[in-house]
Amino acid sequence: MGISELSALLEKREISATEITASVFSRIGSVEDRIKSFVTLTHAQAVDMAEKAEAQIVSGNKKILSGIPLAIKDNMCTKGILTTCSSKILGNFIPPYESTVTSKLLEQGYVLPGKTNLDEFAMGSSTENSGFFTTRNPWDTERIPGGSSGGSAAAVAADECIAALGSDTGGSIRQPAALCGVVGMKPTYGRVSRYGLVAFASSLDQIGPITKSVRDAAILLNIIAGRDVLDSTSAPVAVPDFTAGIGRDIRGLKIGIPKEYFIDGMDPEVEKAVRDAIKQYESLGAIPVEVSLPHSGYAVATYYVLATSEASSNLARYDGVKYGFRSEGRDLIEMYMRSRAHGFGAEVKRRIMLGTYSLSSGYYDAYYKKAQQVRTLIKRDFEDAFASVDVILTPTTPTAAFRMGEKTDDPLQMYLADIFTISVNLAGVPGISIPCGFTSANLPIGLQLIGKHFDEETLLQAAYAYEQSTDWHRRKPNL
Amino acid sequence: MKWEAVIGLEVHAQMLTDTKIFCGCSTRFGSEPNTQTCQICIGMPGVLPVLNRKALEFAVRTGLATNCSVSKYSRFARKNYFYPDLPKGYQISQYEHPICERGNIEIVVDGEVKRIGITRIHMEEDAGKNIHEGTGGYSFVDLNRTGVPLMEIVSEPDIRSPKEAVEYMKKLRSIVRYLGVCDGNLEEGSFRCDANVSVRPFGLKEFGTRAEVKNINSFRYVEKAIEYEIKRQIRVIEDGGKVVQETRLWDAGKGITESMRSKEEAHDYRYFPDPDLVPIMVDQQWVDEIKASLPELPDAKRHRFVTDYGLPEHDAELLTSERTTAKWFEEAVRAGAQAKTVSNWMMGDLMKLLNEENKSIDACPIRPAQLAGMLQLIDKEVISGKIAKTVFDEMYKTGKDAEIIVKENGLVQISDFSEIEKVVNEIIARSPKEAERFKAGDEKLLGFFVGQAMKATKGKANPQMLNDLLKKKLS
Repeated sequence: MGISELSALLEKREISATEITASVFSRIGSVEDRIKSFVTLTHAQAVDMAEKAEAQIVSGNKKILSGIPLAIKDNMCTKGILTTCSSKILGNFIPPYESTVTSKLLEQGYVLPGKTNLDEFAMGSSTENSGFFTTRNPWDTERIPGGSSGGSAAAVAADECIAALGSDTGGSIRQPAALCGVVGMKPTYGRVSRYGLVAFASSLDQIGPITKSVRDAAILLNIIAGRDVLDSTSAPVAVPDFTAGIGRDIRGLKIGIPKEYFIDGMDPEVEKAVRDAIKQYESLGAIPVEVSLPHSGYAVATYYVLATSEASSNLARYDGVKYGFRSEGRDLIEMYMRSRAHGFGAEVKRRIMLGTYSLSSGYYDAYYKKAQQVRTLIKRDFEDAFASVDVILTPTTPTAAFRMGEKTDDPLQMYLADIFTISVNLAGVPGISIPCGFTSANLPIGLQLIGKHFDEETLLQAAYAYEQSTDWHRRKPNL
Repeated sequence: MKWEAVIGLEVHAQMLTDTKIFCGCSTRFGSEPNTQTCQICIGMPGVLPVLNRKALEFAVRTGLATNCSVSKYSRFARKNYFYPDLPKGYQISQYEHPICERGNIEIVVDGEVKRIGITRIHMEEDAGKNIHEGTGGYSFVDLNRTGVPLMEIVSEPDIRSPKEAVEYMKKLRSIVRYLGVCDGNLEEGSFRCDANVSVRPFGLKEFGTRAEVKNINSFRYVEKAIEYEIKRQIRVIEDGGKVVQETRLWDAGKGITESMRSKEEAHDYRYFPDPDLVPIMVDQQWVDEIKASLPELPDAKRHRFVTDYGLPEHDAELLTSERTTAKWFEEAVRAGAQAKTVSNWMMGDLMKLLNEENKSIDACPIRPAQLAGMLQLIDKEVISGKIAKTVFDEMYKTGKDAEIIVKENGLVQISDFSEIEKVVNEIIARSPKEAERFKAGDEKLLGFFVGQAMKATKGKANPQMLNDLLKKKLS
């Protein structure tokens, strides 16, 4: 059950907040050893929060999320609760402050069952880069759940929580949502405050919901969206009621199909599912229009220059001096080197080196600056396309979930898992992944819809119309 | 060969905001270590900077006061390097798009006015402090200063001598103090400077290779360090060597500069625009409002003092270096005193007394009107200029009006003709030999007679009358 259904039951007092939490933990107890979604389970806090929520409900002060267990990706700071980013270097880090998004969830009475696994510092597409362990895909535990928000997506798919928050820098919400058969949304850059989200690439990172339905995504976005005085990059843009457009019919809606996104090497089953989805949209009265995003081919390269450059600087603070992991050395330099050598995993170190190189004197113009210019072109591609369409439709990923270890030896292959999602972050526009079918091996396939800047309303409206006309979101993994 | 020095200064001025540049922590100096910190300024995971509007305003004020143009579009950049006092591993500074550019200020050297260009003014955050002493083998870090707002004011290489460098520093300090944007305290490090120094054969247009001299924390050292560095570079070249581009540290104890790191060892700071801070778009109307609110600045005041009061450049420069000094001067003039006389008394006796006690003019026991009152007594020949010095010291000591001091101590000048004549007659009678010699042409002896007469009148004799009378009687 999702947020809206449970909320209705709580309202009617047919179920209690403590019962929901107990049921979630019972589910966790039976599946977690196979899925491994959580880095930290916060059972005691959850019970406490559920009791408070129950008291709210009983006294007639039910909030939107009273008693609803939501898992939080372990790169969002939760006051007094371990926040590791799945990295050894933050293995003992307990933030003395709360992130803006979780503060907003707290105001609405949510219950925190635990913090979910991710690729270390959100760098990866499979959770195999977690400094602790790999999360498994609930549809096939030999396969990865996607990443970096793999823990959150798997927890939602495996019913270990009602919904979750993830963060998306190049596809880290949408790609695992697609591979786990759930809904994942990356809002417009600036829509949601990043305060308290441990930065990977500041100009690309954005927090968003991972849910069992489009409606739940809208409900969570309503709560977490909005200008925050603690984040200068959060936009002073009015926040509409995102659930309002849901259910409105989509006749006449123009859906752009970018020709560059149907590439060689795409899984034929994925392509067929997406083409079927286009037909389904047509049957709902939407009008498919071919559009071009000519600079799509440069997106992955551009992303890996910009994201790693920012990361190399963002991760400099983990130096063993103030908090987190320290490895002693004979002098300061040795302490720095050992702490960082032992504290970070291989992929994080690879990206720090890439980024350091791109920003170095003599290379800056050829890499960082050039990548910024290409980013502008990619942004313009979307502006041009959106001059004639309302949303853009693409596959979320080129293939369904791959096997554990399949791509770990080849970082470039791994990077291509985000080929369809990266441009959206570079352009700063919103994107959502919704289930659109299954492969013959019963693995979920995701459909990505991309919207105009700050037009999550239309995006959710289009996603909901499709979701309600299909049954994909009702299927459950066999656990 | 004749050499010419080419000098440019980078001045770091701590801004007098109540809170830090990117968080709400206090900027107070001298608190217990790490008591003025929060998750933002100590760089915890996930925190974000938000610009203090006051810091931006202060930078804009300074830019306008130094004739800079204020950038319509300005950005923060990250300067990346590892150091324990830099908790984020980067300093938020400005690089490609500073808030202010292309300004200038005027300095007065040997009575001549010279214009020094300002390349840019940018905002940045200060770092913390590492503490190595008395810490039992460990190093400790105090992050109270981390995130205190700084302005870096970079001059053009227009400075040609250590003296000009000092005057430039003093003028800048004077301007930021007028504006109230920095306290200009060199000892506490809230106003500090690095100097870029090079030399070239006189008349040559090309610049020589420069060295950057760091760690200069007083006006005296600005002069000494640059002086030393110029001599060193000339010696290197004259000995057939080459000046290398490097960073050098001023060692005040030894009075020399020493190499800190060469160009090859220079850090690659990997500057790039800070994605956590949005570009600053400065609103012209806001700039206009700030401009309109600026006080009269040292240069304008100096010009006015020269034109309105007929003061020499040198006097005007000194009197306008502090807003409070200029105000004191103008109040004395307004109370009826003659400008140049006030200036002489202020730059002489008054400054001397204040400096002896290390007092600022705000704490001066003499009020401007009291000086004017004393000067009137001189004009009215109630007291002599000589007695005035005694009266002035007494005023400083007691804060009493000159008139009262004169009365209480019986210091009124003797201008009664017959009284002076009586004294003169007695002295001449007492010293017949000297009188003879004087009459014979030894005019130096006039001083002897004046001295005797002053002694007899306890310095109160009207000097003009005394002189006239002595000359008459002795001829």
